[in-house]
Amino acid sequence: MTETFRFTIDGVAIDALEGQSVIEACDAAGIYIPRLCHHPDLEPSGNCRVCTCKINGRNSAACVTPALHGMVIENDTPQLNNDRRTIIEMLFVEGNHPCPYCVASGNCELQALGYRLGMVAPTQPYQWPGRKIDATHPDIYLDHDRCILCSRCIRASKMEDGKTIFGFEGRGIAMRLNVGSDGRLGDTQMAAIDKAASVCPVACIVIKRDSYKIPNGSRRFDKTPIGSEIEARRGQHKS
Amino acid sequence: MTQNHAEAVAGIIKEFAADRIRLMDIALAVQHRFGCIGDDAIHVIADQLGIHAVEVEDMVTFYAFLDREARGRNRIRLSNTPISLMKGAIEVARAFEDALNLKLGETSPDFEFTLEWTSDIGMADQEPAALINDMILTSLTPLDVPGIIAAIRGLEDKDCLPSFPPKAAHMALMPKAIMRPSLIQAGPLLFGAHDPAAGIQAALRMTPEKVIEEITASKLRGRGGAGFPTGMKWRLTQKSAGSEHYVLCNADEGEPGTFKDRMLLAEYPDLVFDGMTIAGYALGSHQGIVYLRGEYAYLWEPLQASLQTRRSQGLLGPHICGHPDFNFDIRIQLGAGAYICGEESALIESLEGKRGAPRDRPPFPTEHGYLQEPSAVDNVETYVCAARIMEKGAAWFTSCGTKQSTGTKLLSVSGDCARPGVYEVPFGITLNDLLDLCGAEDDTAYVQMSGPSGQAVAPKDFGRRIAYEDLSTGGSTMIFGPHRDVLDIALQFSNFFVDESCGWCTPCRVGTTLLKQGMEKIIHGRASLADISATEALANTVARMSRCGLGQTAPNPILTTMRNFPELYEARVAPEKFAPLVALDDALREAIEVQGREPVEV
Repeated sequence: MTETFRFTIDGVAIDALEGQSVIEACDAAGIYIPRLCHHPDLEPSGNCRVCTCKINGRNSAACVTPALHGMVIENDTPQLNNDRRTIIEMLFVEGNHPCPYCVASGNCELQALGYRLGMVAPTQPYQWPGRKIDATHPDIYLDHDRCILCSRCIRASKMEDGKTIFGFEGRGIAMRLNVGSDGRLGDTQMAAIDKAASVCPVACIVIKRDSYKIPNGSRRFDKTPIGSEIEARRGQHKS
Repeated sequence: MTQNHAEAVAGIIKEFAADRIRLMDIALAVQHRFGCIGDDAIHVIADQLGIHAVEVEDMVTFYAFLDREARGRNRIRLSNTPISLMKGAIEVARAFEDALNLKLGETSPDFEFTLEWTSDIGMADQEPAALINDMILTSLTPLDVPGIIAAIRGLEDKDCLPSFPPKAAHMALMPKAIMRPSLIQAGPLLFGAHDPAAGIQAALRMTPEKVIEEITASKLRGRGGAGFPTGMKWRLTQKSAGSEHYVLCNADEGEPGTFKDRMLLAEYPDLVFDGMTIAGYALGSHQGIVYLRGEYAYLWEPLQASLQTRRSQGLLGPHICGHPDFNFDIRIQLGAGAYICGEESALIESLEGKRGAPRDRPPFPTEHGYLQEPSAVDNVETYVCAARIMEKGAAWFTSCGTKQSTGTKLLSVSGDCARPGVYEVPFGITLNDLLDLCGAEDDTAYVQMSGPSGQAVAPKDFGRRIAYEDLSTGGSTMIFGPHRDVLDIALQFSNFFVDESCGWCTPCRVGTTLLKQGMEKIIHGRASLADISATEALANTVARMSRCGLGQTAPNPILTTMRNFPELYEARVAPEKFAPLVALDDALREAIEVQGREPVEV
């Protein structure tokens, strides 16, 4: 049997299991820590830093920090939420994210976090990336201007699909999502049923002919804020 | 790519036993054989190493000194730092531009020359400096340029690209390819003759545990700047279970303004290798690796010669100094132009043939480092200290310095002073003492301590002491006189972090660029008070939220100058409450030119 232990987050005591990260333990207990690059099915990578919490007095990303007995964590504080909102703003201005006419509107985790963290409009200057769209694949297109470099597709393609179709290219502000086979998705082994095709938090990897099956207004985050599915677990009896 | 090229790439891969870990060496070899790592080479490498092409590209596109497309066969990289610009780098650059009929950043149409800026190359005491085909040239003036170009042409071999790593014999034929000895003042650490075996023999007379105890008793702390207790690091590494333990030397001296590690590697390599060998014995390691920044490739040849001599003297290899159970050797891994690789976990990633993206910690390298095995990563100077501590004893070491900062520190001093160079000073001396030593004028405006990632220190703080507990430093000490533009220097440092951010995490990747833009707006006199506070708030967010030390310290040039020189910022405040980022006139310039008439004044 795995050992359980306790730590506190915003003053609430949480039971955690050996091997869980802070974010996994909090998810299980119904405490929502805002996050963007983290995906429950994938190895954490710590790209976005939205899940940064003050853990034992130091800022650390909750997705890559192993939960330990006796940790004292601050999560829902004005400063952390301000800093998180600034990171979301950074992603909005780094890429091109026109919510009103974006196919992902309502399903988009970036947009949903903007709402949850109280972002009204970006206060930082837009960077206008001007990256090209890749529509070479029959069932999937890539809108690189929407990419937030969260690495979910890279991780999913490598670990879940066993294909390693995606990688990073370049560094710093010039870093891009790179596609195997000389940059054309249509020349790769990518399939629409791949895990990598379904984990994109924004509208960078989009399945063709599928986008408006659910109309705007009835989508995932149109009805409940992001994180509410986790918060609904709060106080439920754990089996 | 012809069949021949594919075979040549395959031959290079075979040289490194088709080992994925050696991708950096493979990439460097292909780069210097063919001038770039093209699509075909990427596929050959991927096939032969059994990895995917995107993984090879992921690594190759990360490093400034690796190219996906061919550039000029002769690479002229001019050091672009506030210090080099102060010493006349712009004039030298113009002379190269005129002589080659090229603009900076361009490659000549015949692919003979590429002329470009590069980040600090560790020559702040001998600027303007340049790397030309990886050879180091120092103290350049515009008058040197014709002779340099003639020498490049004289060395040219039409059948192959310039040698890499560069050869001393070629450097001898190149004007200004001389390093002036940088050490101006030696202290107890570096003074006097040195018997290469002394420290090792002293260590071998003790048990490994006792060696670590001695290092712990000396209170030696990491000399790269972070100041982690070396004895504790060694103990943690030694105690971690693993099939091998590694001794890693961080010679990726990339912090602008520092060059003391370059000096140690050039003038005291035996002390560095002694220290690593002692660590090898203490940790039960058989393998040491020096991660040498790509900018120091010209040190490859002398360092290899030094390693070879040590092997012949029984100071490396099997049974060191006749000890039956102590086998240890050192290899050198060249980097390829990435400041972030000075961060220990990024250094390890790079050593493993990957992009230099830092790792999240825990686990720390002492537990899971190189190849996931326990690894001690220490600065060049730290190993030199360790060697001397074993030779002379912990008590000798603690007799110098302060209670919390024992021993001496090597400071790389540059900028507005009479005698730039490396100074070995006891911890605890004041910044004023140092300024007197190096011949700085009384009207020094400020000192950038510990490089751009450190802090701008104003005259009111020149009485502070250089020590971990007060003014902590990795060694970079840039002195700026009263006629220098503080905000412009802060902007140059901000630009440096834009170039060197690894891109992995959002706050640093995007934040460094936004901070640079914020500083530009301030410097151009277009920022309102609200803009300045917004830039300050953004700087604090980047510092708090970034993943590693690079992003956490990248806002320091802005934050510390705001704190120390608020009047300089206030002097640039725009009179308007709000000014757009882009000036209206600039935004309309293109349209005005097309229309051929100026807008009507309202």
